[in-house]
Amino acid sequence: MKDLLKFLTCGNVDDGKSTLIGHLLYDTKQLYADQRQALELDSRVGSAGGQIDYSLLLDGLMSEREQGITIDVAYRYFKTEVRSYIVADAPGHEEYTRNMAVAASFAQLAIILIDASKGVQIQTRRHLRICYLMGIRDVVFAINKMDMVGYDRQRYKEIENTIYEMTDSFSLNSLTIIPVSATAGDNITEHSDQMPWYKGLSLLEYLDQVEILSDGTQTDFTMPVQRVCRPNSGFRGFQGQIESGSISVGDEVRSLPSGESAVVTGILTGFDSVEHAITGQPVTLQLNREIDISRGCVLVTGKGHPISESFMVTLLWMDESPLVPGVNYILKLGTKMTNVTVMEIQYKIDVHSGRHVPADRLYKNEIGVCSILSSDKIILDTFDNCQPLGGLILIDQVTNRTCAGGTVKSIMAGSGDLFWHNFDLTRDIRARNMGQKPLTIWFTGLSGSGKSTLANALEKRLYAMGKHTMVLDGDNVRLGLNRDLGFSEEDRIENIRRIAQVAKLMNDAGLIVLTAFISPFHRDRENARNIIGSSFIEVYVSTPLEECENRDTKELYKKARMGQIHDFTGVSSPYEIPVSPEITVDTTERSIDACVANILDKLSSFL
Amino acid sequence: MNSLDHLSALEAESIYIMREVAAECENPVMLYSIGKDSSVMLHLARKAFYPENLPFPLLHIDTTWKFREMIEFRDHIAEKYNLNMLVYTNQEGVRQGINPFDHGAAYTDIMKTQALKAALKHYGFTAAFGGGRRDEEKSRAKERIFSFRSKEQTWDPKNQRPEMWNLYNTKIHKGESIRVFPLSNWTEADIWQYIQRENIEIVSLYYAKERPCIYRDGNIIMVDDDRLKLLPGEEIQYKKIRFRTLGCYPLTGGMESDADTLEKIIAETLGAVYSERTSRVIDHEAAGSMERRKREGYF
Repeated sequence: MKDLLKFLTCGNVDDGKSTLIGHLLYDTKQLYADQRQALELDSRVGSAGGQIDYSLLLDGLMSEREQGITIDVAYRYFKTEVRSYIVADAPGHEEYTRNMAVAASFAQLAIILIDASKGVQIQTRRHLRICYLMGIRDVVFAINKMDMVGYDRQRYKEIENTIYEMTDSFSLNSLTIIPVSATAGDNITEHSDQMPWYKGLSLLEYLDQVEILSDGTQTDFTMPVQRVCRPNSGFRGFQGQIESGSISVGDEVRSLPSGESAVVTGILTGFDSVEHAITGQPVTLQLNREIDISRGCVLVTGKGHPISESFMVTLLWMDESPLVPGVNYILKLGTKMTNVTVMEIQYKIDVHSGRHVPADRLYKNEIGVCSILSSDKIILDTFDNCQPLGGLILIDQVTNRTCAGGTVKSIMAGSGDLFWHNFDLTRDIRARNMGQKPLTIWFTGLSGSGKSTLANALEKRLYAMGKHTMVLDGDNVRLGLNRDLGFSEEDRIENIRRIAQVAKLMNDAGLIVLTAFISPFHRDRENARNIIGSSFIEVYVSTPLEECENRDTKELYKKARMGQIHDFTGVSSPYEIPVSPEITVDTTERSIDACVANILDKLSSFL
Repeated sequence: MNSLDHLSALEAESIYIMREVAAECENPVMLYSIGKDSSVMLHLARKAFYPENLPFPLLHIDTTWKFREMIEFRDHIAEKYNLNMLVYTNQEGVRQGINPFDHGAAYTDIMKTQALKAALKHYGFTAAFGGGRRDEEKSRAKERIFSFRSKEQTWDPKNQRPEMWNLYNTKIHKGESIRVFPLSNWTEADIWQYIQRENIEIVSLYYAKERPCIYRDGNIIMVDDDRLKLLPGEEIQYKKIRFRTLGCYPLTGGMESDADTLEKIIAETLGAVYSERTSRVIDHEAAGSMERRKREGYF
C-alpha cells in the first residue's frame, strides 16, 4: 500500500507557491481535462501574455482572484507511483499568517520557497519559525525563479549560506535546498539541464524518497479518551485514537488523572475485534473493571504524562484583539477543554533575529512565550515529548473564535500560586472577563423628562444582552452615600463629584453604569466627564419643559410654581443644555421601548 | 514503527472528527444524500460508534426529483442499519410547482439550499456532517473541516476559524452552527478504493446498465419517470450508462460506460479524463458559482 505524505508550501507573497504546486499537478497528470481547459481559459482572461498561469488552479475564492492574492490554505491531492500526497498551499501575506499556521499544523514537511532574486526575507524567517512551532522538523528550501537570475550558481550559494545561518538555532531532522524554477519547470519533477552544478534530486524525486521520522520518542501507549460508548448496560467501551505506542489485549493501562489501573479485555477497530492495535488507529477499548474514565482522561501505559495546572506555552496569536495577561480563555488540549488564565507574557520572539523581547501585549501574528494557569489539573506533556498532548488552542470566551495556537514548552511542578506575584488585576482584565467595555451612561435632563425610566429600561435590555450593569439614581445615592448633602451649591457640586467617583470605581470593576440625575450645570457634568474619562457618555433627555410639567407625576412642578420648593430646575433655577452630548433623546410622544432602541442603536459603537 | 496506509490514515481522521462532534456538539445531524460519498460517510460513522447505534439522526433533503433507485436505496439502508432517517421536502416549493425544467438555478436554491436551511432550523441542529471533499471544487479546497456558519447560515470564506492539528473548535453561540466535513481530505479515487476495501453497498445507478435516456445540451439524461417531457427531436434511447455523481435525475448527466463492476468503475475513474462535477449541470455556471451558493448556505 502507498503511504500518505502531507506537506505545505509557504514563503513570501509572489515567491511562486501556487505556481509550483500547479506545475506539480500538471506534470504528474493529476488534472482532469475539463480543469485543464478551464485553467487555459482562465489564464487567457486573467494573465498577461496568455501563458498558462498555474496559480489559477489554486486560488479558488472569488476575493482571491479579484485581489490576485492567496487568502486561505488550498488543499490539493496527487499521487505518484510511490506515494499519495496532500499539499497545503499556504498564503504568503503576513495578514493571513494564521492560515499559514493552519497549513503548518496539518503538514509533516515544509517546502519554503525563496525568490532567488530577492533572497531570504522576513516572511521566510517567520514561516520557518511557525513551521517549527507547529512541529515540522523536515524542511525543504526551494530557491525559486532561478531562471530570473540566469541560473547563477553564485547567487544560489549566497542564499544557501543565509539559510544555514538562519536555521542554525533550530534542531531540524533534515534540511534540503533545491534550486528550481516553478514557471519553467526546472528541478520540479525532473533534474534540470540548466543547472548542471546542482547534483541533488529534483523536488518530486526528493518527496518520493524522504522518510519522516514519527514524532517524539514516545513508545508507551497514550490514548486521550474522546467518548465513552455505552450502547447497553452490558457494554462500556472507551473510544479514542492511539496517539503513541500500541496496545494488546491483556495489557494493563492506567487512567489519568485518577491513576487507577485496569486490564484491557477487548479492542475494537471499527466492527472488528482485534488482539492488537497501533499508533494512529481509532479504537474502542474494554477494561476488566469499572474505573473512573470520561472524556478528557488519558489512558496510558509506562510512565505516563505530567498532570499540572501551570505551564509555559509558546503561542502564535491570531486574533484581532491582542492577548492581555490576566484574561481567561478556553483551552483545548487533546480531548480536554477547560478554562485557563494567561498569567504573564514572558517575552515575545522577534521573528527576524529570534531575539527575546519584553512585551505586555501580544498582537496578531506575533509569537510569544506565556505562563498559563488552568482552572483544573490537566494531563499534558511538552510538545517535544508528545505532540498530541503538547499542542493547544485558546478560544475566546466571548467571541468563540480560535485566537491562538501554541505548544507546551515546560510544565511547572506543583501549584500555580507562584504565578500570582507579578500580576495585577486591571480594569481591562476584569472587563474582558465580563465580556464588555465599561461605560458610564450619564443621563441628564429636567425633572420628569424620563431619565430614570429610560435608565432602568435600558439597564434591563443590557442585562438581557449579558452585560453587567448598575443604575445610580436619586433613590440609591441620596439616601445613602450622599445623605449628608443638602441642596446648596457646594453640596450640589459635591453630590455630582461623589457620583462620578463611584461610577468610575464601578467602571474599574468592569461594570456598565447608568446614572439618572438632573445634573443641570455644564460645569458639573464636565467635572464628571473628567473624572470618568473616555468611558463617559452623556445622554441628554431633551423632553421639553411643558411636557415634563404636564407629566409632573410627583407634583414637584406644582409645588415649585407655588413657591414651596426653591431653586427648582426649569422653574426657579436654570437648566444648561448640554453642548455636545453623545446621545440626545426626546421622550415626547414616543414609547419607552422606541427611545431605548434608539439609545441602544447609538450606543452600539461604544459597547 | 508501523504506520497506517493511506486509506487507513484517512479513515482514522474521519472517525476522530465524528467522535469529536458526537462528544462536543449539542445536536448533530448527518446529511445523507444517498450517493457514494454519503455511503462512505455513513459506513465510517457506523465504525466510529460501533457497537453503539449512530448517536445522531440522518437527514435527507428530498427535492422529489431524485432517481427512484436512490429513494429505494435510502429506505433500504435506513431499515438495514436501524437508522433514524429524517426526510425533509420544501412543501411550499412543491405547492408552487418548482421544477428543474422551468426554474433552473432557482430550483436548486428553493428545493435544495432553502430546504436544507429550513430543515436545519426546524430541528435546531447545531452541527451537520456533509460529505463534501476538497478535491471536488476550488472553493471547497479552501474550506475548513469544521466550517462555521452564522445565524443566517452563511459562510464567510475570508474569515475562517484557524484549525490547528486535530483540535477542533466546536464553540458556538445560540443560533449559529457548524458544518463538518469528515471526508475533506478524501479524493474520488480514495472513495472508490475504500468502497471496494470495505465492501460498502452503493446505489445501483453507479454501475453501468442499459437505461432509457435522451441527449440534451451535451448531457445524457436518464428518463426516470414521465415528468420528463421530450422536446422536439428528442427520442428515448436505450444506452448502457452509469453515473459518477447522483442528484436530481433531470440535472444529472450520465456517461456511456461498460463498467458494471466495482473493479471496472475504479479502473475507469483512475483513468478519467473529466472531473466528476462536470456531470452536474448546475456547476457549469460562471466561475465562483459554487462559492456563491456555499456562502448562501448550500452544502
